[in-house]
Amino acid sequence: MAIRQLSIFLENRVGRLASVAKALGDAGINIRGLSVADTKDFGILRLIVDDVVAAENVLRSHDTVCQINDVTAVDVDNQPGGLAKVLTALNEAAVNVEYMYAIAEPKGVRPVMIFRFGDAKDAAMAALQKAGVHLYEEKDLLGK
Amino acid sequence: MNDLLLKDFVDRRAMERIQLERMQDTLRRVYDNVAFYRRAFDAAGVKPEDLRSLADLRKFPFTEKTDLRDHYPFGLLATDQKNVVRIHASSGTTGKPTVVCYTHDDIQIWSETMCRTLQLGGCTEHDIVQNSYGYGLFTGGLGAHYGAERLGCSVIPMGGGATEKQLLLIRDFGTTAICCTPSFFIHMIEEAEKIGMDFRQTKLRIGFFGAEPWTDAMRRLIEEKSGIKAFDIFGLSEVIGPGVSADCEAHCGLHVFEDHYYPEIVDSVTGEVLPPGEEGELVFTTITKQAMPVIRYRTHDISRLNYEKCACGRTIVRMDKVQRRSDDMLIIRGVNLFPSQVESVLLTVKGVEPHYQLVVTREGAMDELEIRVEVTQQIFSDAVGGLEMLRERISSRIKEIIGLSAKITLVEPGTIERSMGKARRVQDLRKLK
Repeated sequence: MAIRQLSIFLENRVGRLASVAKALGDAGINIRGLSVADTKDFGILRLIVDDVVAAENVLRSHDTVCQINDVTAVDVDNQPGGLAKVLTALNEAAVNVEYMYAIAEPKGVRPVMIFRFGDAKDAAMAALQKAGVHLYEEKDLLGK
Repeated sequence: MNDLLLKDFVDRRAMERIQLERMQDTLRRVYDNVAFYRRAFDAAGVKPEDLRSLADLRKFPFTEKTDLRDHYPFGLLATDQKNVVRIHASSGTTGKPTVVCYTHDDIQIWSETMCRTLQLGGCTEHDIVQNSYGYGLFTGGLGAHYGAERLGCSVIPMGGGATEKQLLLIRDFGTTAICCTPSFFIHMIEEAEKIGMDFRQTKLRIGFFGAEPWTDAMRRLIEEKSGIKAFDIFGLSEVIGPGVSADCEAHCGLHVFEDHYYPEIVDSVTGEVLPPGEEGELVFTTITKQAMPVIRYRTHDISRLNYEKCACGRTIVRMDKVQRRSDDMLIIRGVNLFPSQVESVLLTVKGVEPHYQLVVTREGAMDELEIRVEVTQQIFSDAVGGLEMLRERISSRIKEIIGLSAKITLVEPGTIERSMGKARRVQDLRKLK
């Protein structure tokens, strides 16, 4: 049930994000989801792409530091309270979330929350399943 | 004179007799032939005959780099121009280069001591030596070349740069020993990793690294990553070039070829000669060079002398590996800092590669130190917190060991200028104001 995400280290310099986007675009790789965590000096760009291994190779050949991590993609109801339901379930199981961000599923109808659980992954999965929340497989998320 | 390299060569009295004789000849030579030295000796109230024992050398005045610059290019020549067969120059950081000249016999001496350097590292005539020091005015290239050739090695005069080609030759020519700067070799290791080349699969077994200061931690890193044995070599153009002193397999100091280059350690402020074991500035007097002898030349390199028998069995004097120069030193908010100290601290943080740069600025009245460190695959963490913690770890180690608060900036790989010659570790932007 793990979705692979590519995390990329970028300095806070003009053009770094654009050059990553261009490199991936030139290699025919499509970005499906994106989040940037930034500090004053550097940022971590997190991407869900349609071919994560190819993306890693392309970026490493450009001397970019990046790595593939596992994250969880959670199906969320597209209405008020949709997110609260998911977060409440996690809260009740005292699961710590390292970070999260929203992306779209292939049809663009239902929101998807990407979660990074770290060590709490097992407890998180159990809590979500118990709450009847649907989790995406990678192939379904990428519409393959 | 290669008996000097024999273990248990113990006759220090014979050595001192030879040194005294040679030193007297040299002092006479410069007094008679070089106006600068005659004036300097007269001003100090000394004559060559005042040297009756080696200890009398301290009566004689020092020579500084500025003296060589002031008499640029050939003002310190002690022989006729027609006897000069080679002219070298070291890169000046401010304007004029420092010029050094050699007679035919000087070239022989240089080749001989460089040959000893390679022998101390275990080279023989069976070795294939790739010389990747820069050829040209810089003494590194031709110095290493002539030494290796004298030993009878098969010398590949590759020179600096062209990293891919360097690696190709190591593979195809079966290079067994390499001579280059340590920072260039680290660069070669990185490039080799990129193309999937493993040094352990090649015939390369020894490296002779010098021309810039480097730490023991750097040596261990090089040996670990490539499987070769790394030896430190030391020299400076003003004395001869590379081949002034060299590392043996015990790696506990460099053996000085004192039958040609007489060492002293002095207090860099007072000029007082310090006894063996005490740290201070290295001073050399050439006792056999003919074209441009130097008397008590101040190197600004910090070291120590040891006359005890080495673990390798040899008894010629050893000097500590030079980790810093008295003028590499930065003074930041009143704290003395040598770039090599930062290097040592960085190498204690797991996964940190030796690609760093110090940037010193002044905001208002206060000096600021920034240490730029490249992030590698190994230390990259997906969590911002992870990278922040790394920054914090480096910062607190620097504070703890050096006593300075520095801003740590993590940068992308390849951002810090790689060197194919000497690494530029410090950008002191304060000077530009």
